[in-house]
Amino acid sequence: MTEWVVQAEKLDKLFDDKQGKTHALKGIDFRAEKGKMTALIGPDGAGKTTTMRLICGLMDPTGGSLQVLGLDSVAGAEEIQSRISYMPQKFGLYEDLTIQENLNLYADLHGIPQDTRKGRFAKLLDMTGLAPFTGRLAGKLSGGMKQKLGLACTLVRSPDLLILDEPTVGVDPLSRDELWIIIKQMVREENLSVIVCTAYMNEAAMCDHVYVLNLGQMLFEGTPQELSQVAAGKCFEVDPPEELPYRVLQGSLLDDTEQIIDAVPESGTVRYIAARPGEPIPTLERWSLTPRAVDPRLEDGFMILLHQAADLEKTRIPLAPLDKIPPRPAQNEVSIEVKDLVKKFGDFTAVSHTSFQVHKGEVFGLLGPNGAGKTTTFRMLCGLIPATGGKLSVAGENLRTARTEARAKIGYVSQKFALYTKLSVLENLQFYGGMYGLPRKKLQERIRTVLEEFQLTGTESHNAGDLPGGYKQRLSMACALLQEPEILFLDEPTSGIDPLARRMFWREITDLSCKGTTIIITTHFMEESEYCDRIMIQDHGKMLIIGSTDEIREKLHKPGANMDAMFIDIVNQSRARGEGAAQ
Amino acid sequence: MKDFFRRLKALTHKEFLELIRDRSSLLMGILMPMMLVFINGYGVSLDVYHSRVTVVMEDMSPTAHDVVSFLDGSEYFDPVYVTSMKAAVDRMNRRETEAILRVPPDFSSRLHQGDAQLQLLLSGIDTTTAMSIQGYVESGLAAWETRQLNARGIGMVSVESRIWYNDANSSTWYFMPGLIMLTITIIGVLLTAVIMAREYERGTFESLFVTPVRPMELILSKIIPYFGIACIGVAICFFLSRHLFHVPVHGSLWMIVILSVIYLFAALGAGLIISVYTKSQFLACQIGLTVTMMPCLMLSGYVFDLRSTPQIVQWVGQILPFSHYLICLKSLFLAGNIWNLTLENGALLSLYALGFVGIAFSITRKKVG
Repeated sequence: MTEWVVQAEKLDKLFDDKQGKTHALKGIDFRAEKGKMTALIGPDGAGKTTTMRLICGLMDPTGGSLQVLGLDSVAGAEEIQSRISYMPQKFGLYEDLTIQENLNLYADLHGIPQDTRKGRFAKLLDMTGLAPFTGRLAGKLSGGMKQKLGLACTLVRSPDLLILDEPTVGVDPLSRDELWIIIKQMVREENLSVIVCTAYMNEAAMCDHVYVLNLGQMLFEGTPQELSQVAAGKCFEVDPPEELPYRVLQGSLLDDTEQIIDAVPESGTVRYIAARPGEPIPTLERWSLTPRAVDPRLEDGFMILLHQAADLEKTRIPLAPLDKIPPRPAQNEVSIEVKDLVKKFGDFTAVSHTSFQVHKGEVFGLLGPNGAGKTTTFRMLCGLIPATGGKLSVAGENLRTARTEARAKIGYVSQKFALYTKLSVLENLQFYGGMYGLPRKKLQERIRTVLEEFQLTGTESHNAGDLPGGYKQRLSMACALLQEPEILFLDEPTSGIDPLARRMFWREITDLSCKGTTIIITTHFMEESEYCDRIMIQDHGKMLIIGSTDEIREKLHKPGANMDAMFIDIVNQSRARGEGAAQ
Repeated sequence: MKDFFRRLKALTHKEFLELIRDRSSLLMGILMPMMLVFINGYGVSLDVYHSRVTVVMEDMSPTAHDVVSFLDGSEYFDPVYVTSMKAAVDRMNRRETEAILRVPPDFSSRLHQGDAQLQLLLSGIDTTTAMSIQGYVESGLAAWETRQLNARGIGMVSVESRIWYNDANSSTWYFMPGLIMLTITIIGVLLTAVIMAREYERGTFESLFVTPVRPMELILSKIIPYFGIACIGVAICFFLSRHLFHVPVHGSLWMIVILSVIYLFAALGAGLIISVYTKSQFLACQIGLTVTMMPCLMLSGYVFDLRSTPQIVQWVGQILPFSHYLICLKSLFLAGNIWNLTLENGALLSLYALGFVGIAFSITRKKVG
């Protein structure tokens, strides 16, 4: 007989506070088997974290029943909490405490005897690679190391149920791999029961059972193979013709809502899911391309489910059709010129001797693990922080001498979307237009244009703070584009928005770049580098590699590799070189 | 029970480590009381020294000189002698003097008839100073009159005498007990609320909650170190007021300590309640300031005597614990042991402390959101 560690029936959670009612969970059924790994996947705002918190007894359900380890989640909360281990999305490390002190605290709270503690700590520190740093304050660790320490604190003892809420969110691919090696090893050795929430589909594929949650409703339950099979026979790959950027073919496919469910540029080709396989696809006929059928993946099934559940009318934006090959970025026209750029904070070198060029009309991506220096580089390019040394010219202006002139030619979308939440959509646009100094007539005209372009018409009077994530992202883009900048800077624009909104975002970028805008973007989603003309990867402040994704694949002799794998390779090689040189 | 102490020890240890490494809380507990004492001791004073008085001597007789002689050599007055009223008014207009004391030409002659008069003109720009000068002058004259009566048994100077004369240090003395109250309130309510809210905000509680830890242990681990900091703050306040400003302690020192501890618990309880409801450092700070600083300064009798306020303000003041603590402190410092007053207010304070800490324990649950 199957033994269940979690059993939820018709589980309901309604938040009713000052901001209004939010129906986070609408009567979901969920079960997790003992000794197995169960994944809960879904876009941001699906209700994943709410489900985890309900299981941990940190919230009370508003309806349905929830049994954890055979106990009622409300009446037995205290006992549940002392038997399970939970790693929240942002593990609450005490930043003023050292690694060792954080571990000690959790070991003390769990009542782990001193003699077993020693072996356990040694093992955890060894697995996480934190052993040499036990005296370092948690606040001084990199993002990946913090996450590993959080996992170590969660695993100070072997729990009856381990709950992980997006354990690898915002962490670079290398650290993500390392975290999963630890998780899998612990699960195998101690036969743990695990529930894990994740936004990464390849992580869900490693689990025994998968649930797909969307907007508080369960869309799917089954094994990873079953989820992949949802897309069986519908997945294809197609290579773009010479001179056609991946993103233009992908965007053109995506526009064909009749025939195409989803399309992404990936591993040197464009992958798509056909709604009606076998029927002709106009985009492919236009360029006379022949697709290859490929095996379905978990992600494909997931996208089909999301697509069925989504209200597509809201996400589609009418943009100019992509039926022509756009002009290549002009190699001789330079938008941004960086020579020997250096940034130091005290003794710490955040960016060391970096030189590169960005051509007019290019989509240029900055990638790298947390703390690699990409945000610092980015901020220097926008003129937000001064460089310590080197030459930096943006849109033909030297940033040292003509910062104001350079700034007038750039648009900037910050990570947190700098919107005034209590101002309406229209008031936000008017404010930013005023800040750019647009004349009144011109501003009104521009506001009308961007409202249409970003399909914000009809939302003018809504408070910016009440908009859903995707809309906020569009509004901040609209604000940045009011003054029709030559160069658009985007800092992590796609974090925290769901996959469908991300597709739409990149569709807009494709449109902008076809119109000749130069775009500089940072992202921690490695796969998004495939949308870029060229990318630059940084680590420890040094530029590791620069070029188009195809060039990088060629250089590494890894045809058809995805960006995650390439990134890990590049960083590992560079670190090995660094260690070799040090010895 | 063994588990309880082990967990409490771990949490308290953590709290002390954070306290030492973060420093800002520690500074608030030590530097703030010192600053409060210095500002109040040196900066705030209701007493007036060296008031500039212009004396118009229209009567040059020895008696006339004698009657204003109290102005000379006193630290309260800096007199300037002129002979015409016009010169004095000019000085007043140029704001070179705060008061004009006029001795009329017929002063000596009328003194023998028993209806001598002096004229005192005061600059009303700063009424508080004017009132003080009036008081000083009147009492100076009254003293002269008494001497005259005793010596010769003749003459009368009609002075409407209201004694405004303040003991040299009394306003500093009057403020010091209030400072101890302020220190306890700020550390107890504000610091505790912010520190607790920080844990909710940073998500550290979310991780801690899913362990065998109990809410009571979390609360106690916050109370213990901040109780310590508040004690240090109060000790600093007390030491400085005793040795720098020689504030007397006429009542029982033990009663002061006991009442302060009771009041500290009430403050800590209030701080914990605020943090549970706000769960954000900014809000906790805002609410903490609004419910502590303002009423503490305005409604406790710290600056203004509550008896001279409208009835409704008095009632509000009576509902708040501050005023009960302050009245005990003031009487224990300046007046001595007034047992029925101390015990009555002490009992009320204990109720507040029990209530606040009790509420804090009952509303702190291992829940988020």
